[in-house]
This record gives sequence, structure tokens and C-alpha cells, in this order.
Amino acid sequence: MMKTRFIVPLIVFVALAGVLFIAVKRAPDKHFIASVLIGKPAPEFKLPSLTNPGSNVTSTALQGKPYVLNVWGTWCPMCRVEHQALMQIQQLEQVPLIGLNWRDDDALALDWLAQLGNPYEQVAIDKQGRLAIDLGVYGAPETFLIDAKGIIVHKHVGPLDMEIWKRDFEPKINAAPAAGPT
Amino acid sequence: MLPELGHFALILAMLLAALQAFFGILGPQFGRERWMAAVTPAVAGQFVMVVTAIGCLMASFINLDFSVKYVAQNANSALPMVYRIAAVWGAHEGSLLLWIFLLGCWTVAVSVGVLRLPKRFGARVLGVLGFVSFAFLLFTLATSNPFLRLEPAAPDGQDLNPLLQDPALAIHPPLLYTGYVGFAVAFAFAGAAMLEGKMDQTWARWTRPWTTSAWAFLGMGIALGSWWAYYELGWGGYWFWDPVENASFMPWLAGTALIHSLAVTDKRGLFKSWTLLLAILAFSLSLLGTFLVRSGVTVSVHSFAADPTRGVFILAFLLIIIGGALTLYAWRAPLLKSQAGFEFTSRESFLLFNNILLVIALAVVFGGTMAPLIADALKMPTLSVGTPYFNPSFATPMVPLLALVALGIMSSWKRGRLSEHQRTLLVTLGVAIVLALAVSFGIWGGSRVLTPVGFTLAFWIVLTSLIDPIDRWRRKLTISRGVLGMTVAHIGLAVLVIGITAVESFTNERDIALAPGQKAEQGDYQIHFVNLTPAEGPNYNAVRGQFVVSRDGKPLMTLNPEKRQYWVQRSVQTEAGIGTDRGTNILIALGEDLGAGKWSVRVQLRPLVNWVWIAAFIMALGGGIAASDRRYRTARSEAADEAGVVAGNAALAKGKSG
Repeated sequence: MMKTRFIVPLIVFVALAGVLFIAVKRAPDKHFIASVLIGKPAPEFKLPSLTNPGSNVTSTALQGKPYVLNVWGTWCPMCRVEHQALMQIQQLEQVPLIGLNWRDDDALALDWLAQLGNPYEQVAIDKQGRLAIDLGVYGAPETFLIDAKGIIVHKHVGPLDMEIWKRDFEPKINAAPAAGPT
Repeated sequence: MLPELGHFALILAMLLAALQAFFGILGPQFGRERWMAAVTPAVAGQFVMVVTAIGCLMASFINLDFSVKYVAQNANSALPMVYRIAAVWGAHEGSLLLWIFLLGCWTVAVSVGVLRLPKRFGARVLGVLGFVSFAFLLFTLATSNPFLRLEPAAPDGQDLNPLLQDPALAIHPPLLYTGYVGFAVAFAFAGAAMLEGKMDQTWARWTRPWTTSAWAFLGMGIALGSWWAYYELGWGGYWFWDPVENASFMPWLAGTALIHSLAVTDKRGLFKSWTLLLAILAFSLSLLGTFLVRSGVTVSVHSFAADPTRGVFILAFLLIIIGGALTLYAWRAPLLKSQAGFEFTSRESFLLFNNILLVIALAVVFGGTMAPLIADALKMPTLSVGTPYFNPSFATPMVPLLALVALGIMSSWKRGRLSEHQRTLLVTLGVAIVLALAVSFGIWGGSRVLTPVGFTLAFWIVLTSLIDPIDRWRRKLTISRGVLGMTVAHIGLAVLVIGITAVESFTNERDIALAPGQKAEQGDYQIHFVNLTPAEGPNYNAVRGQFVVSRDGKPLMTLNPEKRQYWVQRSVQTEAGIGTDRGTNILIALGEDLGAGKWSVRVQLRPLVNWVWIAAFIMALGGGIAASDRRYRTARSEAADEAGVVAGNAALAKGKSG
């Protein structure tokens, strides 16, 4: 009895190492999760709007032209880093940005947009994280490019910056069909 | 030529580290005198090789040798000289080399320090350190060689990450790593004690100064990182519970617990197996910190350094070092017995509570940091943990811990006669409460629920800390450096608590739309946006705002926040303008160009936030003073401390002669 006490730390450590091993094994997947979803239709959703209380943001209403879905939360420090880039992207007016406010507090989220500026055309509230799960979101921020037919064309994990936007998103937006009248 | 020389030196260093580990661990095991005698030369040789390697890499950076891949990735011909040197640890490969170099420095210091200790024990300590160094060198050479060539050479480099082009961040990693790596010394002492199968009060005395020094460096490193995040990222805060911040904070918490537990082992011969476990824990968390930052399992500010392919190697590495140590612990720790007892309100029991609360706080941080990973590994819904979890859960064990500091200082070893000091404790507490209320309402004219609580605890710690030193000073008695260091560190803690309480209670921040020429009011201050001018740095373009901050109409300071665009990496960085008035930190950052000449300007008034960082340095100073106590420099105690365990001393003394 006395002796088993001293084995506990080892057991805890081995269990933890096992978890870390799985996490490491899956870490590369995060960057390729996109391959599972890319080319597939984005999950349909109907979520309450943050900025227009009472109305909904729905996938059906968004169809017809490409849009970018950006997953964020005020609890996420990297989202704050990303925010500047989103403001710049919005000014390019290439594609509407739709925010998915993930597991967040509405008041805090509204405060954030008031303070830092609102780059989004619409912001959907995903309090339970249902849509985020369907989208296979690993952690905020994550950004999806969805084409006019509702197909996921590209996914980016981690904060966006202008370089990534120019390299990964712009060519795909330009290539996407039905980019709208110009 | 230089990179090849560096590469070769690194291979030789690894071989020498292997010899150091082999002779250091097995020499004493088989009683081979000559094996043990080979350990110190191996240490010296390895250090020379490591210095050669890091010197070669540094030279490649200074000469901007873009035929070296690592240099091409992390420097540019426009990069100023200081940052060319700092670029050595600007990314993964060089950080590892820095780690190895610092481990070499510690090992050399230890090899001098252990000359006064029994030979067998000293050899074992150096052997364990050699093993750790070998593992790091193997990892570097196998997965992260900084000397790889680029064929053909790049015409110019990709530049250092602009976030790192900052004086504070140039010295943050070396300080932080000095702390991390320093816990390897405590770990090695624990390993040697377990290999020996014996551990006594003298062991704790040998280990204490090393542990305290490592802890002091780590504290400074964390504070510098926090300061950097404050003004460079401009998110408006000094702590974000970011996984990488937590990774550096966890070993610090474990180290704090270890310092206190070592004090008990030293003075009273108690908590032995617990102290060993904490020594293993502190270093394990340092390794885990590396793992979290380097393996790409967490997304964070620091994820520029991430590379998932290395994760498995680091994990194997953790399994061998930590798993090995814990196996040894499960086998050897039951042999360690403590004979002495103590009463409920004695200093021992307060330090026991201190350790329990620190470990709870550590578990809170650990849980919050690892939860997203664990949830992901078990394929549970993704989980994100932020400040709403950390702040209250961390404060819960911290508030009673702070109250215990005052009680612990006033208590005595072994005997629970706290009633002798009852009057002093109550009087100081009363004074602290009055002061706290005066400060909360007198200076800031308002308060949140926890504001007076925080201030009271801080003032109580200061008052009780000062009683004994003042008493000794008045009676013209000497104050040992150990006691002085403890007092300074505890006052540092109080300063930290005051800083955090003030910032959390009275911060005033907002974003305003301002055009040059316009003015705004915030708190007691008037902010005048004078103009906006283009500026140019060595490797970036910028716009620089000029803001005049006044109070009661009197101009106090001019702040010049910048928005920089770095040429090579095309990234935009915000440089906040920061000033201080009457303890309040005034931060102005340029946000977005809102068009029509207007800019979004973020103005933050944070009272006493500077105290948070100053406090970390006061605590580190306290650690430094305590570590230099003469007591630690004598190999054996002249008189046994009270009734403790003496048998172990004799056994170790025998080891020295045999």
C-alpha cells in the first residue's frame, strides 16, 4: 500500500503521454483536414444573427455567390491578431465575409466589433458549436472559402494575413464560377 | 566552411555528452574511479564544442551567409546587426542550439560547484546532465540541424519574423531558457539522489541555490515576455493565458513549490519524496513547454515555431527522460523515510499548505492548457479555454495562498505556537485592511469586490515580512542572505499582487476615431492627435503618429505610436506609444485608417501595470540574494539543524572518502 503511492506519478505520466501521442499524430491532420471537406458541400445552417437580432443567417440565403466564413471568438487571442487582416480584406471588396461567432458571449462579441471594427457582412452565432463541429473546426480562427454552389473550396487554419490571403484565397476566388457581375 | 565546422562540432559534442552520461552514471554504479575522473574532462570538451557550434552559427548570421538554409530563412541583408545575432534563436533550430549552449553553461557551473561535494554524487549529477544534453543534441542533429546548406544559395534571406525584431524579445528567449534549463540541474540532483538511494538535509542544501537561481531567471524571462506582449502585440493586457505563456508559467509554479519544499527538507529533513517529485515535475514541465511550443499541437502566437513532424521525436524524448526519472522514483522513493514530526500550526504545515495550493494552481493552468489537446485526442467536441476559465480558477487557490504567506512568515519551525504572534498578526492585518480601504477609495475613489481583498493581502505580506528583519536590525543582529532574499521575494510578490489588483480593477481602455488635429478626453487625460508622418526604419516603412498627452491642461508627454510595414515579410506591425504618469501606464496604439483622415486610435490607461513586471524582477532579485547565502557554500553543516536525519550525512560522507 505504501509503495503503490509512489507509482502514481508514473501512471499519470504514461496516460498523459498517450494522449499527447494521439495529439501529435493528429496534429498534421489539422492542416489536411481541409482535404476531407474540400470539394464537398458546406453543411447547411440556420443560425441567429449577432448584428441583426431576431433575424437568421442561413446557408440558403448566402448561396449564389462565393463567400468567406470566418470562425472567431473574443476569447481567442489569435483572432485579435487576425482582425486587422480581416479589416483589410473587407476593404478589397472581393468577397463578403461572414463571421461565425463561436462559443462566445453576445455582449462581448458586439463590444469587440464596436471597438475593433466590423469586417463582416453578417455574423452568425454558434453558441453550442454545432456548425463548428460540422465544419470540423479545430480551433479559432479558421477560415473557409465557399463558392457560389455552396462547395468548400479552401480552408485555412490559424490567423489569416494579407500574404496568405493573396496566395491562397485570391486565386481561388477569381477561379470560382459565378463571381458575380463586374 | 564555418557551417561544416559547426556541424562537426555539434556531432563531437553529442559524442562527448554520451561519454559524460555513461561515465557519470555508470562510474559510481560500478565504483570505477577512473570512469568518474573522466566526467569533468567530458564536460569541458562538450562545452568547447557547443560554444564552437553556436559561434559558427552566429558568424554565419553576422556574415549573412545565405547558403545556410536557417540563415536564409531568418535574416535579410537589411536586418540590423543586433537582430542578426538575436536571429540565432529566432526559430526552432537555433533555439535548440541556444538551449544546448545554456545547458552547457549550467553544467560547467555545476561541475565547479560539485567539486566540494562527494565525488560519487558529483559524478552522478553530471552524468544525468550529460544524458539530458545528449538527448537534446541527438534531437537537434536528427531533426533540426541549423547548419544545413541551401543549394543554390539564396540571393537574399526571408528576414526575421518582425514580431521578434524587438529588444525585449531578443533577450527573452535566453533568459527564459536559462530558467528552463536551470531546472535540469535540480532534476539532475534529484536523479543523483535516487541513483544513490539516499537523500538527506545536506542534499537539499546543495540543491537549493541552483533551484532558486533557475527560478529567478525563469521569472525574469516570463516577465520580459509579458512586457513584450503588452507593448508589441498591443492587445491590451499583460497576460493572456496563451498556451505558450502557460508553458513557461507552469515550471515557474512548480519551481516555486520546489523552493519551499526544499526549505523544509533542508531545515527539517521532511517532505523528501515530495521534494524529489517536485524537482522532476519542474523539469518535466520545462520539457513539456518545449514540446508544446515546438511540436505544433497548439495554435498560439508563437506557432511560427511549430513543426508537427518533430512532435513524435520530442514525445519519445519526454518518455525516456521523464518516464525514466519517474520509474526510478517509484523504485527509490519508498526508501526515503522522514522521522521528524511537526505540529499543526508550525511552519512546516504552512509550507505544506503552500505546496498543496501551488500544485492546485498548477493543475488549474495545466488542465486549461491541455484540455483542448485532450479533448481533441479523445475525439470529443473541440474545447476552447480562455480567460473566463483561468482567472477565477487561478485566483481561487491564490487568495488563500497569499493569506498563508503572512501566517507562514510569523510561524516557527516544528512547534505550532502561532498564539505567541497572535497580537502581531492581528495588528498587521488591521493596519493592512485600513491601508487597503484607504488606497481603494482614497486614490481611485471606487472599488470592485476583490480590490480591497487584493490590497489587504499584499499589505499584510509586506508588514509581516518586515517585522523580523526590522527587529533584527534594531537589535543589531545580522540578517542572513537567505532571510533577506526571502523577504525581498515576498515583498516582490506583494508588489505583484498590488499591480494586478490595480490593473484588474481600474483599467480604462477604449478605441476612438480621431483625425490629426483632434483631441479626446479619457480618464484624467486629454489626448491631442497632433499629426501623422511617414517614417522609415532599416527594413520597414511606417506611419508615425504624434500624440500629446496632458493632464489638467498641462502637457505631460509626447507619444509616437507607429504602424510598420516590413518590406520582406510584408507584414504590418503595430508599435504602441507608451508613457507613464503617476504610476498609470498610458498606451496609445494606431488602429485602422478609417478613411476621411480619421484613424481608429486605441487608448489604454492601466494603473500600476508596470508593477507587475517590476515585481517579477524584485522576486528574481530576492532569489538571487537567497541563492548567494554563505550557508550553501559550505559542504557540510557544522551543527546538525535541530533534530533531523543524520544517518544520511554519514553515508554521504563515507561516499566521499570511498
